[in-house]
Amino acid sequence: MIEYLKTGWRSIESLGSNNTITQFLNFPIPQFSMADLVSHPDEVKVVSRRFGQGATNIDRYLELDGYKAVQKALAMEPDAIINEVKNSGLRGRGGAGFSTGMKWSFVPKQSAKPKYVLCNGDESEPGTCKDRLIFEHDPHAVIEGVMIAALAVGSQTGYIYIRGEYRYLSVIMQKAIKDAYARGFLGKNIFGSGKDLDIFWHGGAGAYEVGEESALMESLEGKRGIPRIRPPFPAVVGLWGGPTVINNAETLASVPHIMLGGADWYSKIGTPKNGGTRLFCLSGNLEKPGVYELPMGYNLKKMIYDVGGGIPNGRELKAVVPGGSSTPVLLPEEIDVPMDFDSLMKAGSMLGSGGVVVLDDTNCIVKFALRTIKFYQHESCGWCIPCREGTDWLKKTLTRFHAGGGLKKDIDNIQYLSENMLGRTFCPLGDAAAMPTIAFVKKFREEFEAHLEGKPCPFEEEGAVEELPVLAH
Amino acid sequence: MRFSEEFEQRFVDMLGHYPTKRSVLVPTLLYAQDEVGFLSDELVQEIASRLELTELDVRNVISYYSMLTTKPRGKYNVQVCTNIACMLRGGEELYAHCRNKLGIGHKGTTPDGTFTLEEVECIGACSWAPAVQVNYDFHENLTVEKLDKVLDGLKK
Repeated sequence: MIEYLKTGWRSIESLGSNNTITQFLNFPIPQFSMADLVSHPDEVKVVSRRFGQGATNIDRYLELDGYKAVQKALAMEPDAIINEVKNSGLRGRGGAGFSTGMKWSFVPKQSAKPKYVLCNGDESEPGTCKDRLIFEHDPHAVIEGVMIAALAVGSQTGYIYIRGEYRYLSVIMQKAIKDAYARGFLGKNIFGSGKDLDIFWHGGAGAYEVGEESALMESLEGKRGIPRIRPPFPAVVGLWGGPTVINNAETLASVPHIMLGGADWYSKIGTPKNGGTRLFCLSGNLEKPGVYELPMGYNLKKMIYDVGGGIPNGRELKAVVPGGSSTPVLLPEEIDVPMDFDSLMKAGSMLGSGGVVVLDDTNCIVKFALRTIKFYQHESCGWCIPCREGTDWLKKTLTRFHAGGGLKKDIDNIQYLSENMLGRTFCPLGDAAAMPTIAFVKKFREEFEAHLEGKPCPFEEEGAVEELPVLAH
Repeated sequence: MRFSEEFEQRFVDMLGHYPTKRSVLVPTLLYAQDEVGFLSDELVQEIASRLELTELDVRNVISYYSMLTTKPRGKYNVQVCTNIACMLRGGEELYAHCRNKLGIGHKGTTPDGTFTLEEVECIGACSWAPAVQVNYDFHENLTVEKLDKVLDGLKK
């Protein structure tokens, strides 16, 4: 199926400047600055293959093999679709890495209540900016992915949830859905199959927590985004009590390519049990940051020094956060590792959402840990006490620590407190705050010690940090 | 309360998308806020009665979402990301520069009502950091000079 990869596709470079996409658009769209696209020879373009080619236009999308996958799926039995996705080795791109086909198979065949498919586009994990590019360049692929998921589980309604900050993407998505309805791809009797299928857009209003599946459902039901206890899992009891499949936007955008290219082709791109490619968002102290689509299992060291162009200004690598802010940090000697779910788990971290954040040696880890925990403290919904109180105390302690007011026992306390948050909350936000904090303390203990007893932060200019009084012992 | 035709059309459309009326609440509040500038008491009452909710139900939801506000903002809401990816590439310097330049702090508004400043969490521009969002527009790969240009351009 290599032909499928190569035929009829123009490379992004052949289009010249990055902002040429507008030439394909035949509808008025508010002016917005497009995120820059990057390219590297090691990239395997599957999800990103239509980027920069004007596929927001439905005619252009159809030219680029659009809506072929869903027609293929319509001719298949639901179980055959699920098996195809299972065999492809596709695992959830939102962060947990659960087998997508397996998730779909948990939805009961018979259900008294309507079944739903929910696309999670509430991308907010610091370090992650991939779904944004998919919505921006290839919104119909997400729609097609939702359609195939709906056919596989026997649902007639899908929702595509996009975070509130991404207003211009909501405009693009609403237009894409409207176009699909106008062509009869959505609505009653799609493609003459006798099946009905509706897909709707839904928007958020600023909340990291809503990216968690059960909070996402609460938000879509018009409530505060507070997680639900599991079991029952959404596949059995989800939106309005009906069975619900919830997948990340990148996961769903991968599905049409699997249907067309075949499970065998897709699984061979990656490593065993980690099929396909992934959009890796390289950010931080790098020469060439950007979103690159690389095969699963691509070496992290190569990703940083080759794809990302290495560390600028002749500085040395200090640490890497490999999968978004919630994943434990890796040291320079730990980065010779394949980027797939299982290998990173073995290395003591997680692949997470694919956000690779690179730190050079001018950065203070205590400050970085503080900024990370400030985020989780701000975003904790306050429902579970270990997370609400834990993130708040960690923020207080680290603020004091960074300002030179830390005590030696604080270092152990930070670790002890974090360890007691693990696994004690409804949703993984508590873990997401605790896991990186534990790793920062364990791997950079001497740097924490360098901040002790009123010493100013060794990385800041004198007076840059507001000094706080040292607490009495 | 009167909203634009586009708002009313979207509102009616969206009501047909869900089995419960309440589901339209979050996006509706955001679109309403975009038209009025903030979620006034009158607006909250209006939305509550349209969706057959209590005012308290609506306020409960408003207080949860960081983009929703019950206080008026300036014409341009300058949202500076200082989260990790932006911090590594100068997000904090941009935020400090904005504070000095505009003479306001977090969630402050300039006396002429032009700018509101906000330090925000990750806006999804990590690979193009540092980034600032003014209302809904992304400004990426910024330097202090580039940001000055953006802000000065808006002032005119």
